[in-house]
Amino acid sequence: MSLETNMLTYQQRSRVDKTLRGCTIVATSIAIVPLVLIIAYVLFVGGSALNRDFFTQTYRPPVPAGIDPLTGLPIDGMEEGDLSQVQARGGVLHGIVGTLMVTITALLFSLPIGILAGIFLAEYPDTPFNTFIRFCCDVLSGAPSIVIGVVGFTLIVKPMGSYSGIAGAIALTFLMVPTIARTTEEILKLVPNAVREAAMAMGAPMWYSTLTVVLPAALTGIVTGALLAFARGAGETAPLLLTIQGNSNLSFDLLAPMAALPILTYKYIESPFPAENQLAWGTAFVLMILVLGINLLVRVTTARIKR
Amino acid sequence: MADANAVPRITASRRWARQTRHGDVFFWLLTLFFALMIIGLVVAVGVVTYTGSAAARAAYGWSFLWGTEWNPVETTLYPVSFGAWPAIRGTLLSSLIALILAAPTGVAIGIFLSELCPLRLRQPLGFMVELLAAIPSVIYGLWGVAVFANWFNDWVTNPIAESVGQFVPWLAGPVAVSRGLAITGTILAIMILPTISAITRDMLQAVPNHQREAMLSLGATRWEVIWGAVVPYARAGIVGGIMLGLGRALGETMAATMLIGNSTRIEESIFYPATTAAALVASELPNANDPLHESSLIGLALALFGITLLLNLIARYLVWQTARGPAGEKV
Repeated sequence: MSLETNMLTYQQRSRVDKTLRGCTIVATSIAIVPLVLIIAYVLFVGGSALNRDFFTQTYRPPVPAGIDPLTGLPIDGMEEGDLSQVQARGGVLHGIVGTLMVTITALLFSLPIGILAGIFLAEYPDTPFNTFIRFCCDVLSGAPSIVIGVVGFTLIVKPMGSYSGIAGAIALTFLMVPTIARTTEEILKLVPNAVREAAMAMGAPMWYSTLTVVLPAALTGIVTGALLAFARGAGETAPLLLTIQGNSNLSFDLLAPMAALPILTYKYIESPFPAENQLAWGTAFVLMILVLGINLLVRVTTARIKR
Repeated sequence: MADANAVPRITASRRWARQTRHGDVFFWLLTLFFALMIIGLVVAVGVVTYTGSAAARAAYGWSFLWGTEWNPVETTLYPVSFGAWPAIRGTLLSSLIALILAAPTGVAIGIFLSELCPLRLRQPLGFMVELLAAIPSVIYGLWGVAVFANWFNDWVTNPIAESVGQFVPWLAGPVAVSRGLAITGTILAIMILPTISAITRDMLQAVPNHQREAMLSLGATRWEVIWGAVVPYARAGIVGGIMLGLGRALGETMAATMLIGNSTRIEESIFYPATTAAALVASELPNANDPLHESSLIGLALALFGITLLLNLIARYLVWQTARGPAGEKV
């Protein structure tokens, strides 16, 4: 390396320097372009699919043009069977309800596990197998989501005999726990030790000081972790396909199949009806707003914490 | 004279409080329980997929992995048979394409963000790249199917298939549908870019400044500093980041299911539909009535989990080793 470098003249070296530095700029713009394109498409195409029905109606089977949707009889003077003429009808209320119920249930499961495990990792740092627990967190968050879906399927759906919202919530728990545990750990480590020492100097046992002094000091960070986990859970599709299956009707029953927004996106984009494709973009829009909003919020709050 | 009353009476409750260190033992046990539960979740994934795939493993053994016939439905021509090779081949090839596209780009982005980017741009650009990781995979799939597939067909697939593809069988056309290994690999590349670039950036930022200063003082250009003194120092960590990206590409489900075409036939050309392990499981497990079919799909999930576990193990070790600094150095 050094020999070759010495053989180049300064002009050549300078040219190499400029070219390769330029390459890194090009690479960065290559990454930004799809990001901007995807966000723009989802916001524009999806935004145009939104209307009041989208948020207040559930699924209705598409009716080809020329058929009166109320009577099912042909309308005079209109041509039948043109798929592109099918009007957008119905909405995704069932998906919104399903996503909220399943993800919030999963959050209720994973918050205690994640926070207490995070406390263990941060407050008892000398335990010999802490590294192993951290590694397990990484494995869980790096595991293919379909594998988690298979676990939910064989562990809960099969024995229960039916798809259910609760199975989806348990599957999502596998994916949300590591996020919460790691953010809790990181944020607890940022709490200065003087706070713990002050609490103990006043005679508080460790559990009391952790729960009433250290944890409240780290509350913003823990909420951040919970929000990020929520965003991740709400966007997951593969585990839900195998656990909650999807449902065309509005259902509040966690023990029965439920719908979820990402599943609707997946199903509607495969549909031959442009009207249903519109619904797919609409659900993607809602998901995107949720994910972008949470990430921006987290960004702003963590910037404030660090300052 | 010591008064007997001056010595505090040690009541049972006090002794209990002292023995449990005023409840700290319980708190330790409680948090320990939940921490161990995380290990339990990983073990559960392993055990469930292992026992669930028992029938397939008993029927095929290791040859399950390279059996080329995947026929869940009995036909006159083909008997029912479950060989994972079409799925494994599709997984490996699509991830390979993703890696070829994303590894150099991701490392370059990491270098830019850590070494070259103006300080004012570093935060927002880093955030934008990380945002790519936060977008749900189903949205990548949606965009890929509805928008990107047409462009890819017009600008990449058809020109290549009509020119080079005439002579090179694995680039051959004709391309009827815009589903296949190539487009899946391209979308996967976009999806794993943030993983690779974020870890590269973190690894490069962990390189001590005296590395850069020493090289600069020898009269090196900025690129020579980066390539000669900074990147080699962080090489193991960067390789770890690429492996984590590979792990993500291997297990990615929704984008692959929507874009790869879900065909279990083995075609030579990368522009033809294929399938990946994750896509096959996602599309067939809900409808698998035959126990052997179901067990084979769970076996695929087990293989996926095993591979990502191994990749994670090696990658985390490399990243940890780099972040720690070279052996013997204490800063």
